[in-house]
Amino acid sequence: MLEKALTGSKRYYGWMAALLVVIGVGFVCYLWQFRFGLGITGMSRDVSWGFYIAQFTFLVGVAASAVMVVLPYYLHDYKAFGKITVLGEFLAVASVTMCILFIFVDLGQPIRVMNVLLHPTPNSILFWDMIVLNGYLLLNIIIAYKVLEAERNNVAPAKWLKPLIYLSIPWAVSIHTVTAYLYCGLPGRGFWLTAILAPRFLSSAFAAGPALLILLCMIVRKFTKFDPGREQIQSLAKVVAYAITVNVFFFLCEVFVVFYSQIPDHMVHLQYLFAGVHGKGVLVPWMWASMILMVVSIILLVNPVTRKNETVLIVACITVFVGTWIDKGLGMISGGFIPNPLHHVNEYVPTVPEVLISIAVWAIGFLVLTVLYKVGITIKEEIAGLV
Amino acid sequence: MNRYREWRMRMTNNKKIYDKGMVIIGLCIFVGVITFPFWFNLGNAAPAPEPKIADKAKAAKECVMPTAYMKMEHMQLLNEWRDTVVRDAKRIYVNSSGNEFNMSLTNTCLDCHTEKAEFCDKCHNYASVTPYCWECHIDPKETK
Amino acid sequence: MKSSRRKFLKIAGVSALGLGAGPVLDVLASSGEHEATSTPEIKKGKDALTAKRWAMVVDTRKIESEEDLKPMIEACHKIHNVPDLANKNHEIKWIWLEEFKHEFPTQEHEFVDERVKHLPFLTLCNHCQNPACVRVCPTKATFKREDGIVLMDFHRCIGCRFCMAACPYGSRSFNFRDPRPFIKETNPEFPTRSKGVVEKCNFCAERLAVGKMPACVEASNGVLTFGDLDDPESEVRKLLKANYAIRRKPALGAGPSVFYII
Repeated sequence: MLEKALTGSKRYYGWMAALLVVIGVGFVCYLWQFRFGLGITGMSRDVSWGFYIAQFTFLVGVAASAVMVVLPYYLHDYKAFGKITVLGEFLAVASVTMCILFIFVDLGQPIRVMNVLLHPTPNSILFWDMIVLNGYLLLNIIIAYKVLEAERNNVAPAKWLKPLIYLSIPWAVSIHTVTAYLYCGLPGRGFWLTAILAPRFLSSAFAAGPALLILLCMIVRKFTKFDPGREQIQSLAKVVAYAITVNVFFFLCEVFVVFYSQIPDHMVHLQYLFAGVHGKGVLVPWMWASMILMVVSIILLVNPVTRKNETVLIVACITVFVGTWIDKGLGMISGGFIPNPLHHVNEYVPTVPEVLISIAVWAIGFLVLTVLYKVGITIKEEIAGLV
Repeated sequence: MNRYREWRMRMTNNKKIYDKGMVIIGLCIFVGVITFPFWFNLGNAAPAPEPKIADKAKAAKECVMPTAYMKMEHMQLLNEWRDTVVRDAKRIYVNSSGNEFNMSLTNTCLDCHTEKAEFCDKCHNYASVTPYCWECHIDPKETK
Repeated sequence: MKSSRRKFLKIAGVSALGLGAGPVLDVLASSGEHEATSTPEIKKGKDALTAKRWAMVVDTRKIESEEDLKPMIEACHKIHNVPDLANKNHEIKWIWLEEFKHEFPTQEHEFVDERVKHLPFLTLCNHCQNPACVRVCPTKATFKREDGIVLMDFHRCIGCRFCMAACPYGSRSFNFRDPRPFIKETNPEFPTRSKGVVEKCNFCAERLAVGKMPACVEASNGVLTFGDLDDPESEVRKLLKANYAIRRKPALGAGPSVFYII
């Protein structure tokens, strides 16, 4: 089936070529980083995790959101989603691939990465992260491939797929919970040491992921002969509406706990993010932008008039995606590290090579996504006799 | 039966090889490229390396382990030393002849084998091996 | 033949397995042959200092100014080949000085007496009893030894920096680039580190192994005392019995082993 990705329109080839150029540039930057060390990034002794890990955290959420399509269809027989489960699972595959790549480019000694398997350490959450991420990748590849193949051959999917699909549902929740557990169990980082971190991660994931899926469905509808369906998109939009509302509510809970208790150690991180501390506040405009975007998206998505209008829906999905990306992909990491355990403020800004490498990893993800979608959509077109 | 399945039946029942000429040319090029290392240097093998034993090492007569063992397994021995020193806090190695050695690459091995370039590097360069030990462990000659 | 491509791939796979099995079995068979005739022994040096729970007491009453503490930092950084990097973002420090309000933020208040307020405090890895860094390391490259020292295995570290995120005291440094060009004077007896690994104070485990006190303790002129907390007769126990001492962030439960007599 993969051979379907090798042929396409001029626009398709152009898109793939552009992605390959971006990947090439980032790859060269990575070679530089591999030789020189992580010093070419903006990370420092105080902010020892940066853009790469932030992207990883955000994308684990997007990957987990496939469950929002799989669960209604397989557990609750919501037939409409049957059309797009494969699209959700392929998005999960592309996202997990990016996650694994982001971790890899972040390592100081990447050639020793197998040490995590050679010396298994069950008390380390990073060990479990490796297991659940790779497991989820494998699960989704097998499930999506086999379901698509069965669709093409006009037969029911093999019986042994069902338990795997049922497994993928709690597994999806687990990948993002494990990622949250990386942060929320660290005694020295007050900003992350909160029980609500895992629920907040999941809620922002279930907003960002389906929002991206909606945008992808719109693109598929525009550029191919396959229409994911208006009902499907509206159902996804409702999921995003609830998820983004819950996410903002969870955030306001954190704000209350921190500021009503007036504990300086806890307040200072949110103060740094939203007002700046000791005159340093490079992220302040970003964080406020993120809040405004998320509130705007709640208004647009909860209101059925604006949600049903597909043009406004596109805007809403973009605001959800960008808002949650800033929140998780920029604010969360810096907020946790700054001020440092000794109450010094040393800010973090990613460098150009760091951003280029990150864009290249995103491009690899989109390459994988495009290939998988091309295969999936072409097959769906053929089945429907549209080609 | 859907269109795909019809197409597949037609393809598998039809025994033609398409583009036979191109396929065979491609295969020949592939075989040539993949066997390149075997035939390119035929007859021009570099001579076997001859590591020079430093004077201090000659005077010591016996290494930590017998020479044959060291030739084959010095890396395994070093790995054992590394894990024991770092992780078990034990630094003395008593070999089968009862001699005691401090388990240290720089301070024991290179103490006798003083010329890394003449000894270690000779075989390593021949075999194209670059052990990353030297990124951290110091060759005493470098710092002088 | 029904599906010839699939059948070809199956045959190819089985052949590859078959061809690969032979050499693998050979290697496995031969690896058992190299048992030495009489098994070598591994043991501690006779001078090695041992303890159940190494700890350090810093008597800040004996400190007048930075000048008293600089020799300790010099001693440590010199014998351990700690590089001196100009870029503060990439700096590596095993032991350094902090003000009271940074060292003990939970004890800080408006009316701290002038002497303590401006006193420099020696900051280093606390070699905790319940170290968060050990808990999170995915490869056990950071591990706690039986004698209480939290050590780094630089060979195993993959540079994920999870330990740096976990440490509540900010004791750890990462090699953002090759440190060698920045080492002023190399000590050939101790290795350097390479880029991409995390490092921190190691309570001079290599000196303890040959019967010496840690370099900072030796250079401290009595300010620092090092000993076994498990031994009721040790200097550290005597000091703690006679004087009130505090530790950094005790409420976090990490169990730091560095005590400060104020």
